[in-house]
Amino acid sequence: MSEENITIKNQLIIETSPQIKSTQTTAKIMWTVVIALLPAGIWGVIVFGLKSLIVLLVTIAASVLTEYILNLICKRKTLFDGSAVLTGLLIGFNMPPSVPLFIPIIASVFAIAVVKWSFGGLGGNWMNPALAGRVFVFFSWTSGMNSWKTPSALSTMPDALSSATPLGLFKTGMMDYTGGPVSTSDFLQNTGYTVSAAAENISVFFQKTLGIVLEPLNIDLFLGNSSGCIGEVSALLLLLGAVLLLYKKIITWHIPVAYLGSFALLTWVFGGIPYEFGYFSGDVWFNMFSGGLILGAFYMATDMVTSPITSKGMIYFGIGVGFLTFLLRFFGSLPEGVSLAIILMNIFVPLIDRYIKPKVFGKVIKKGADK
Amino acid sequence: MLKILSFKKGGIHPHGRKSLSETVPILELPKPDTVIIPMSQHLGAPAIACVSKGDVVITGQKIGSGESFISADIHSSVSGIVKNIQSVVLANGIETNAVIIETDHSPENQIDFSSSDSELIEKYTQSELLTIIKDSGIVGMGGAAFPAHVKFNIPKGKKAKYLVINGVECEPYLTADHRLMLEHTHEILEGISIIAKIINAEQVIIGIEANKMNAAHKIEDLIDEKNLPFLVQPLKVRYPQGDEKQLLKAIIGKEVPSGGLPIEIGAVVSNVGTAFAVFEAVTKNRPLIERVVTVTGDAVKNPGNFRTVVGTPIKVLIEAAGGFKENPAKMVVGGPMMGFAFFDLEASVTKGTSGILALTKNNLDYASETACISCGKCVMVCPMGLQPTRLYKFIDSSKFSDAMALNLMDCKECGCCSFSCPAKIPLVHGFKYGKKMARKK
Repeated sequence: MSEENITIKNQLIIETSPQIKSTQTTAKIMWTVVIALLPAGIWGVIVFGLKSLIVLLVTIAASVLTEYILNLICKRKTLFDGSAVLTGLLIGFNMPPSVPLFIPIIASVFAIAVVKWSFGGLGGNWMNPALAGRVFVFFSWTSGMNSWKTPSALSTMPDALSSATPLGLFKTGMMDYTGGPVSTSDFLQNTGYTVSAAAENISVFFQKTLGIVLEPLNIDLFLGNSSGCIGEVSALLLLLGAVLLLYKKIITWHIPVAYLGSFALLTWVFGGIPYEFGYFSGDVWFNMFSGGLILGAFYMATDMVTSPITSKGMIYFGIGVGFLTFLLRFFGSLPEGVSLAIILMNIFVPLIDRYIKPKVFGKVIKKGADK
Repeated sequence: MLKILSFKKGGIHPHGRKSLSETVPILELPKPDTVIIPMSQHLGAPAIACVSKGDVVITGQKIGSGESFISADIHSSVSGIVKNIQSVVLANGIETNAVIIETDHSPENQIDFSSSDSELIEKYTQSELLTIIKDSGIVGMGGAAFPAHVKFNIPKGKKAKYLVINGVECEPYLTADHRLMLEHTHEILEGISIIAKIINAEQVIIGIEANKMNAAHKIEDLIDEKNLPFLVQPLKVRYPQGDEKQLLKAIIGKEVPSGGLPIEIGAVVSNVGTAFAVFEAVTKNRPLIERVVTVTGDAVKNPGNFRTVVGTPIKVLIEAAGGFKENPAKMVVGGPMMGFAFFDLEASVTKGTSGILALTKNNLDYASETACISCGKCVMVCPMGLQPTRLYKFIDSSKFSDAMALNLMDCKECGCCSFSCPAKIPLVHGFKYGKKMARKK
C-alpha cells in the first residue's frame, strides 16, 4: 500500500449509515423561529415605545444568563443552540409593555431554570418554558401583568393613558350588561373605545371597492393597533412569520389549523351563550385576532418539545387547546386563555404520543384481537 | 408513458448528485493482476471454497459452492493461479474467507462470452433456466444480494402475478443501473423475459424514477419495437422509492405484510442489473463474475461507471476514475443512504457493490449530536410508519422488548430518520444495535 493511501486510510470517518445527513440542525430551527418573530417584535417596539424594547432585551438577557449558569452547573454546552434566546424573546412577547422589569426577569429565570433545566434541559421539559414562565408571574403579580399601554397609532387617546386590552374591556364590560345581543364593536365603542382613523379608512375602502364589510375594530386588531402584550398585537406580522416557518417546514399545518379551527367553530356556535345572546352568535373574527391566539397557535402550541410527534396526535392536541382556550376565554374569570390552555394540553402530550401511533406499513390490524 | 406514481407515506428528498456520473458511459476495465474473491458476497450462508492453494483456475470456473438453501455459488472472475485462501474483511465489515487469484492474463485461458444465443430462452424449460441461474451464482444486484434462484423459485401454493423490475436507483450518487438501462436495453429486456418465464408472471412492470426518463423512453421504445407485454412505470423522485416495499405500494398499491416477502402479495421484485446478469448467464453461459460499479463523489477526479470483475480491489477502481483530487473524508461502498463506510482501499468489489463513493469534508459538514427535541421529523419521514424517536429512547435505555413492541423489526434501516434528524441522533445505528440485542434474547 502506498504511503499516500495509508494517510488517507487513517483519516477516514467510519460510521453507520446513512453516510450523508441533511443540513438542518436544532440551532437553525431555533434561530429561524427567532427571525420569524422579529417583524412582530419590531412592530411591538414601534407602537409601545422604547420601554418594550427594554423588556425584550431584559427577558433575552435573563434567559441566556440563566442558561449559561445552568450550562456551567450541568457541564453542558447549549448556549448557542438559540433555544434560550427564543424562550427569552417569547417571554418578552408575552409581557405587557409597561410591566415592572423584575417580573420578566423572574419569568425568564423560572422558565429556564425550573421548567426547562430541572427536567434536563432542552428536550427534557414537558411544558412550554416561556408560557409556564408567563403563567407563573401572571398569577404572582397580577397587577404588574396588567400594565397595559395604548399603542401610539391610536392617536385619539392621550399617550399616557393606560387602557385595558379589547378582550379585557369586553369581558369586564359584559359583567353588568343586561341588554340584548350586541356586536362586539358597537359594545366597545359605547364604552369609549376608539378605533384608529386608518382602520376606518380601510374599512370604507373595502366596502366601496369590493363590497366586503370589515369591522374597523377587527382591522385594528389584525394590523396590530390595539393594546396587548408586546409581541401579540399584530396578527398580520405574526402570520407573515408563520408563513416562513411553514415554508421552511419547521412547523406543519396540523396544530395551528386544528387549534384555530376548533376555537373558531366553538366561538361561533357557543360564543354568545355566556352573555345570553343565543347560539351561533359568537364573534369569531374579534376573538381570532385579539389576545395571544395567533402567537399561541403558530409559535407556542407548535413548540416541538411540548407537542405530539405524530400528525394525528398534533390534530388532537390542537383541538384540545382550541377547546380549552374557548372554555377559559368565555367561561373563565380571566379575559385570556391561550397560555393556560396550551400548558394544560402540554401535560397530555406524553399520553397522546403513547396512544396515537402512525399505521405501521404492512401491519394487518385484526379486528378485536388487538386489545 | 404512464402517470408518475409514488408511495405516499414518509420519504425524503436528498440531493441526487447523480449528474457527477450519469452521462459517463460504462467503461470496461482490464482484469487486475490480483483478484480477491470473497466467499460471502450474498445474503445467507457463505459459499465453501472448492479450490486449493496452487490450483490453476480459468475464467468462470466455480471456486466456491453455495451448499445451504440460501447461498450462492462463486466463480473465478479471471484465469490464473490460486495464491491463497485466507480470511479477509469486506468493505461492509463482514469477515469471510476469500480466494486470492493471481491473474495470468493469457489469452488461451479465456472463455469467449461474446456471442449470445437468444433462442436458448425458448429452448430451456423453467426448471432448466432456474438451474442455470443457480449455477451462475446470480444474486440480486440492487444491493441486498439475495440469491436469485431462491427468489425465483416460487413456493408451492403461491402465485407470482406481478414481476416488478426495479430500475428506480433511488440512492443518491449511484448511476450504474441508469447507464445499464441506457446501454444494454436489449439485454435487460431479454433478461426480464427469462425471469417472467421462470416465475410465470402475468404482468411485467418496469419501475423507473422520473430522473431517468431517457432510460424509461428508451426501454419503452424497444418494448414497442419488440412488441413485448411489458409496462414502463415512471415513479416520483423520492427516497426510498426503490425499496421493494415502497415500490410495490407505488406500483400495485398493496403493502407487503410485516415480516413477509413480496410473493405474499403475488409479486416478485428484481433489479435491472439482475435481469442483465440472467440474460448473460442464459444466452452466453456466463456466470456472474462482473458488474457495473459507479465510482463517484467530490473527492474523485473523473467520476464514472465501470464494468469490472468481481474481486477487483477498490483502489484499482479509484485509479480508473483518475484517483483522488483531494483526500476523501469518508469512503462508502454502496449508496450514501444505506451503504457502508470503509477504510481499506484493498478491499474488493463483490457481486453487490453498486457504487464506491469518496465524500469530502464539505459533503459531511453537519453539526454534532444534540438532545432530541421531539420535533417528530423522524416520524414524518419514516416510510414504515414507525416512531424512530421513541424506538431510539427505548434502545438507549436497553428496553429492547419495549422497542420490539413498537415494531423495531419492521425498520429496514433506510436512513430517512437519521438523515432528517436536526439533533443528528444516530437513529439507524441504534436500531441496528437494538435488533442485534433483541435477537440475542
